[in-house]
Amino acid sequence: MFHLLAQNVINALQLGSVYALIALGYTMVYGILTMINFAHGDIFMVSTYFSLMASLFLLGLPFKIPLAGVFLASLLFSMGLTALLGVTIERLAYRPLRQAPRVSAVITALGVGLFLEHFTLALLGPEPRRFPDLLPATSWQVAGLTLTPLQLLTIVLAALIMVLLDLLVSRTLLGMAMRAISYNRPIVPLMGVPVNRVISLTFALGSAIAAAGGLMYGLAYPVLDPYMGIRIGWWAFIAAVVGGIGNIRGAMLGGFILGAVEIFTPVFLPSSTYRDFVAFSLLLVLLVFRPTGLMGRPVFERV
Amino acid sequence: MGVARGKRRFLTWAVILLLLVLTWALSALELLNRYLIQILMYVGINMILTLSLNLVNGYMGEFSVGHAGFMAIGAYISAIITVWWLPREWGPWLFPAVLVTGGLAAGAAALVVAFPSFRTRGDYLAIVTLAFNMIVKSVLENLEVVGGPRGFKDMALLTNLPWVVFWVLLTLYFCRNLVYSNFGRGIMAIREDEVAANLTSVDTRRLKIYAFCLSAFFAGVAGGLFAHLLQFINPRSFSILKSTDMLVMVYLGGVASLSGSLLGAALFTLILEFLRPLGLWRWVVGPLLLVLLMIFRPRGILGFRDPAWLKPAEEIEAG
Repeated sequence: MFHLLAQNVINALQLGSVYALIALGYTMVYGILTMINFAHGDIFMVSTYFSLMASLFLLGLPFKIPLAGVFLASLLFSMGLTALLGVTIERLAYRPLRQAPRVSAVITALGVGLFLEHFTLALLGPEPRRFPDLLPATSWQVAGLTLTPLQLLTIVLAALIMVLLDLLVSRTLLGMAMRAISYNRPIVPLMGVPVNRVISLTFALGSAIAAAGGLMYGLAYPVLDPYMGIRIGWWAFIAAVVGGIGNIRGAMLGGFILGAVEIFTPVFLPSSTYRDFVAFSLLLVLLVFRPTGLMGRPVFERV
Repeated sequence: MGVARGKRRFLTWAVILLLLVLTWALSALELLNRYLIQILMYVGINMILTLSLNLVNGYMGEFSVGHAGFMAIGAYISAIITVWWLPREWGPWLFPAVLVTGGLAAGAAALVVAFPSFRTRGDYLAIVTLAFNMIVKSVLENLEVVGGPRGFKDMALLTNLPWVVFWVLLTLYFCRNLVYSNFGRGIMAIREDEVAANLTSVDTRRLKIYAFCLSAFFAGVAGGLFAHLLQFINPRSFSILKSTDMLVMVYLGGVASLSGSLLGAALFTLILEFLRPLGLWRWVVGPLLLVLLMIFRPRGILGFRDPAWLKPAEEIEAG
């Protein structure tokens, strides 16, 4: 029993890492623009196709490239291209609405997400694509538990990205500018902070981090389809809200909680199809009792 | 003035009667082919959905994104009633009562959702309604009694064009009277400034819950009509995509506008129908339209406007 629990905790950590990486994008954009970027899940979906493209191209070359090289190149290619996609979306769809009512921006984000889904669907057809194996399929036995290279790599990579991001936000000038914008947007330009550039960089960062999550997800669940971003995106979004939207450490915590929900639902309930029900009920209950999430601070409206 | 108002009233009823007779004649005498009538019925159902969603999103300025969840509840409840509990030959006679029951069930669900969610801040209604939509879909997929993911079937074809037109007119009548009543002024005050509305003795919390439940009621009725038109429903028909379609119709036609709701529903349904030859690319049009609308015309075609014949006489005299 304990053994099963421990094994599931490892699985939950792996999946939770992916959710946390995507949740970071939601929470960063919300922190800086107070806008829910509902297209983020679909940006994640497009990123998995980018890494699929890169790895299929590299594997198809006439000369052999070591798998580690293919993995690294796919990761960088996908992160770069996805960052570009995020910035483009912000520039074309969200920036014109910066002064508009907040509802317009949220609806636009929903529209952009659906556009990405249906565009990918129309471009590539409805057949799911298979992701190639880039990591050795061996597994290690540690204290009776099974650990695969993929699990280890996912957890380590996610932890590394989170630490780097946390340092970036708390220690660098860019991070300071981000925090300043989220604290008081009208005043910040007066202090000489290039608001538009900082916002673009936030979108680039958030999207690139989602792309890292995308590659790790693609390797773990190697069937890609254009609608995969809906569920993953929603789950990551719940993770961000559970942790307290706008709060970067909260997003990480939320990601791991959601990973645990997904892994442990089939353990305690008859079927894994109940997982959406469990996750969204968790969200509702949390919103009733702690509307600002586990680590968020309350916001008061000034009259 | 009294004469003018009497004349207006007479004209209105004449037009309504004419419309009902016309739609009855159209389908009974087979003047239009079946395909066209089917599309007209979809337009009508979408009109009901758009009118009801506009009450919350347009007039009240809140942001509900899970309307398909209420539609699902109305559809499943009314379908269960006609298939399991009513003798088949009673169906046509009790159809309005069945629809109302489905609508009431959706309204009750809205009450459960509204109660906690209006305590939290603005964006959270969007999150809560979305979560509600997902939960409804997930529950329906796990309920084997109603077919699970395969769906629920064997409904009789009870929806016809006259019934759809009747319900569209009823919804329009209801929403119109509501919007120009004290209640309507209250919810518009909430849209403009909730704190100020509260200070001028608008019971904002209660009005929000009322408006939300009413909106869900009509979504439930539309769901019932939809179920008995298609004769087959499954949880996937009520996904978040359906909710987004409704949003597109509201923001295409016009926020806080009755005529806009009718126009938006008609335009969107017909455009999608005309684009059928495009195949998969057809689905790119809706989202693209939504984004472009939000950037270039966020109020929609007829936002915050209505023709004089939809307004009460007092409103016109006041200017």
